[in-house]
Formats: sequence, structure tokens, C-alpha cells
Amino acid sequence: MLTIFSIAMSVALLLGVEKVRVNAQSSFANTISGTDLIVGARSGSIQLLLYSVFRIGDATNNISFQSYQDIAQQKGVKWTIPISLGDSHRGFRVMGTSRDYFSVYQYGEQRTLEFASGKQFEGVFDAVIGSEVANVLNYAIGDQVIVSHGTGSASFTQHKDKPFVISGILKHTGTPVDRTLHVSLAGIEAMHVNWQGAVKKRKASKALTEANLQPESITAFLVGLDSKIASFKMQRYINEYKSEPLLAIFPGIALHELWNLMSVAEKALLIISMFVVLAALTGMLAVSLAGLNERRREVAILRSVGASHWHIMGLLITETVLLTIAGILLGLALLYSGIWLAQPIIEKNYGLFIPITAPNIRELGMVCVLLTASFIVGLVPAYRAYKNSLADGMSIRS
Amino acid sequence: MIKPASKPTLIDLEGVDFAWHAKAKPTIKSAHLRVEEHEHVFLRGASGSGKSTLLNIIGGIVTPQQGQVNIVGHDFCQLTELQRDKVRANHIGFIFQQFNLIPYLSILENVTLPCRFSKLRRDNAIKRSGSVIEEAIYLLSRLYAKGKFSFDRTTSELSVGQQQRVAAARALIGQPQLIIADEPTSSLDYDAREAFMTLLFDEIKLSGSTLLYVSHDPTHQHLFDSVVDMSVINQHHELEL
Repeated sequence: MLTIFSIAMSVALLLGVEKVRVNAQSSFANTISGTDLIVGARSGSIQLLLYSVFRIGDATNNISFQSYQDIAQQKGVKWTIPISLGDSHRGFRVMGTSRDYFSVYQYGEQRTLEFASGKQFEGVFDAVIGSEVANVLNYAIGDQVIVSHGTGSASFTQHKDKPFVISGILKHTGTPVDRTLHVSLAGIEAMHVNWQGAVKKRKASKALTEANLQPESITAFLVGLDSKIASFKMQRYINEYKSEPLLAIFPGIALHELWNLMSVAEKALLIISMFVVLAALTGMLAVSLAGLNERRREVAILRSVGASHWHIMGLLITETVLLTIAGILLGLALLYSGIWLAQPIIEKNYGLFIPITAPNIRELGMVCVLLTASFIVGLVPAYRAYKNSLADGMSIRS
Repeated sequence: MIKPASKPTLIDLEGVDFAWHAKAKPTIKSAHLRVEEHEHVFLRGASGSGKSTLLNIIGGIVTPQQGQVNIVGHDFCQLTELQRDKVRANHIGFIFQQFNLIPYLSILENVTLPCRFSKLRRDNAIKRSGSVIEEAIYLLSRLYAKGKFSFDRTTSELSVGQQQRVAAARALIGQPQLIIADEPTSSLDYDAREAFMTLLFDEIKLSGSTLLYVSHDPTHQHLFDSVVDMSVINQHHELEL
């Protein structure tokens, strides 16, 4: 029974790693599309990708709004979307952006964002939330939300004085957009009026006017160009931008880099889980061989009632394979119940949605390889039993 | 060759030499043995006299390096291993000293085991009782004349005497022509031994099987048609002298 369980665990691990890998990869590739360049303060390209697209980590530096406007007006630039990060709402990131975001931003196969209900933000204190934010926090249109300063999920400084009102809820996208609360750039500024750094100013209460809602800086921006051919030229222009150090990256290449970085870990995990499978099979072999001596009598009895060597070997191999099949089935049960249980947690914490799908060809292949391996493993005790039985005949001299 | 007009011979060993390993001393040397149909033969021999080896040869588990082995009309030296397995399954029922049963199978499953390997014995059982299970229950209830038993229990709860009866039922199911009993009573106490022998003989007479009974203990040899001593069959010991 322990053998079945160890096989089950190894199968669950192996297929689990594979499922995470496949889904992570596709969810990765689908996170952003249609954007030609991502621009932020000079740092690493992966870091820029992480905070601007995946909302993971924080920017080291902001870029000035003026540089943004300057680049946005360059020839060949079709559209730009500013991104201003740094605040959060109950663990979800708040992103300041422009209204273009809802019409221009694309993910997956050139899909734009759609509203499940409501509409995009109009006023300064309007907010549009992603589907997961709405689901997890159970928000509806018209609800008031208070944004916390900083990005920790347990931030103590809150912009209590300026609550936002939800104006729209986006449809599920399977991307970090689902976990984002979108407000206008002016909204971000409005929150921070009368703030000095991370601390609320004691006295002053400046009125909210058009003038002081103009942002001084943003975190990053996305760029769409008229022609893809111009993207290298534009990238060089931005990277050599005179008035401040900027970095422009191609999302596709950065995604690929990031994936490569992670796939080392994925491959290591896959190799480890293969070794776990191997260990389980070895364990099964050990148990099977250890039990063989006690079964010499059984083999002798079977021989005496007319069983051939083939029967005996078949019996032992069948036993090993059946144990493995039981292990695989239990492993699949473990895997799917595990996915079912962990699904919301993984999606909330890592933004990775792992659907419960039937095993794909590759996974079935793994299972077949495992079955074949168990057959081969079963040959060993079968051969030993054959040897024993040759020496014992029908009677055990014990 | 002219066939003898008398009863057919079930076991015919002639000049059989056998060694378990090519380099080892032969365990069996120039052995000869004839058992005719319906005969009840008592084969007497001390342990180490080559009894077990002889039974393995008769059962077709091993073939001798020298000599003729003819069992139930089959020349074992000419048959393949699989064919010998088939003959054993079809025509021979074995009862051993002890540990005859497969512990994880129920009593009924143990008894019906030979019918899984032999269509002939399965057909015989069905012909006699309608089904293999019915035949097993019939045999068991005869062997357990006094006790009432639920036969789908596991065998681990049975006493040694009861186990031997189950083993006898298994040897008898499907009416194989030849029953070979190897010290079947030596792990039983006196009463159980007497009861077992009576039952065994009753059943063998009923089924008309041939019995080859092997024991070192001459107590029951008066029940048999003929008594053969291992030292007469096997020239091995004389060689050693």
C-alpha cells in the first residue's frame, strides 16, 4: 500500500510540475500583446517587464511626465499608455493610467479589454477593477474603495480621505489585469495631494485643482508604433534619451528572457520529479524483491497445480504493473484534487490560473513511460522468481 | 512395440539419472518405477533419498539427463516445458507435507485453482457437479463430513489438518488420473492423521484415481496395493558405497 502511495505521490508531482510549466508558459506568452515597446527608468529589462506588466516588485525609479509626453509626441508613435504604480488596495495593485488603456491594451491573441459591467473611469475618483478583484473582494459598481499607500497587503497608511468609487468591472483575462485596480493618473495624483513622501502632511489642505493633478512622474509606459520596422530605431532613441536615463524593451524578447530564466528552475523541478518517480519505482522493486523469498512457497504451489514459468512471470509482472496503475490513478486523483484546492491560492498569489483539464498527450506519454518502466521493473522479480522456482521445483527445502 | 494387454501404465521411469546441477553428484541414478492405473503405491524413503527430486521428475518440473520418463502416456523427454506443464495441470494432483495453500486466496479459490490451469479438469468438474464451485463445495463437504464451514474464508484461520483437507480437495478436483501425496500426514497428530487417510482413500476409490503416496513412515503401508522402497528404485546410494 505504501508502494502505491509513493508512486501516487511521484506521479502527482511529475504531472503537477508539468501542468504548472505548461500553464505558466502559455499564461506568460498571453500576458501582453500588441505593444511594441515598454519604457521605464533604466534598470534590467526583466525587472521592467515584471513591474510594468506582471505587477511584481517595484520600480527603482520613476520617469518624468515630461519625458513621457516628449516621446509620446515623436513621429511614428501611434499610441502610448502611461502606467503609474505604487499604491495598493487590500493586496491588489493600483495602477494609474489613461483612458486609452481600455481601448488600446491587448493581451492573448490581440484581444482588447472588455467590460463585464460598468464603464471606464470618467471622474478623478472613479476606478475600474479587474475580474479577480471584483470576485475576491465581492465588489460591485458604485462601491467605495480606500487605497493604501505602498504595495504591501497590510499597509497601515491609507488614503482614507479620498475614497474611490468603482465605475467598471473588466471581464476575466487570465492576466495580471484581473488583479489590478485601475484609476486615472489624475486620481493617483489626487490621492497624494497633501502628502509628503509616504507621510500625510499635518496641516495644509490644498484644494484639488486641475493644475496640481497633472502628474510629475509616472512609473512606465507602453508604446505602440505605426510600423514595427521603426521599433528598433525608436528603442535606440529612447535608450539614448538625453534628459534622463530610460530603458525601452521589446515585450516579446523580455518575456522570452524571463521565461528562460524561469525554465531553468522548471527543468530542475521536472528532473527532480523524474528522480522521485525513479525512487518510487526502485522502492517498489525493493519491496517486491524482499517479498519474493516469502513467496517461493506460493510459486511452488502454483507450479504444482500446473502453472508454467510464463504464468508465474506474468503474475509477478502483472502485479507490478497493477500496483503502478493503482499508483497512477491515485496520483491523478491527488493531482486533480490538489489543483482544485490550490487553484484559487495559486491564482491569487502568483497570478497563474491552472485549469482542471484532462491530461494532454505529453502527460499521457509520461504515464505510458512510467507503465513501461514498471513493466521493466516487474521483470526483475519475475526473473528472480523463475530462477528460484528452477532451483526449488515443487517443494521448498526449508 | 506391442502394448501390454493389462492396465495402462501411468508412471514409467526407466534408467533415470538426474543431477540438479551439471557438476553436482546425481541425486537420482538409474531409477526405475512403474505404476499402473488404479494402483495405490506406497513409496517409502528416508529424507534425502531423492524422493522430492523423483516427484519433480514425475511432475515434469525437471527432466533427467538420462533415461526414459513416461507419464500418463506422455514421453516427458520429448515434450517441451510448456507441454509438460500442461500434462501436470491436466492429469496430476499434488498434496504436499504442509504449506499447500496460497494464503491470500479463499478456501474455495484454493480448491478451484487447478481448474484455472486445466480446461480438462474444469470440464470434468462441470460435468460432475454443474460448476467448478459446486464441485469444490461437494469435495470439501465430503472431506469435512462433520464440521460446517464457510468456504469463502481465508485459509490462514485453518488448522494444519483442515489445510491438508483443502489441499486434498484441490488435488482431487476435476478427477486427475494421478494423485501424488508427499508426506501429507507428517505434520498432523495421530487422530488427524487417521481421519485424513480414511478420507483420502475413500475419495480416491470413489474417483478411481491412481495414488502414489510417499512417506518415510511405514504406519499406513498396509492400506496400499504395493510398497516400493526408494533404495530399490534409486541406485544412487549403492553408488556411494
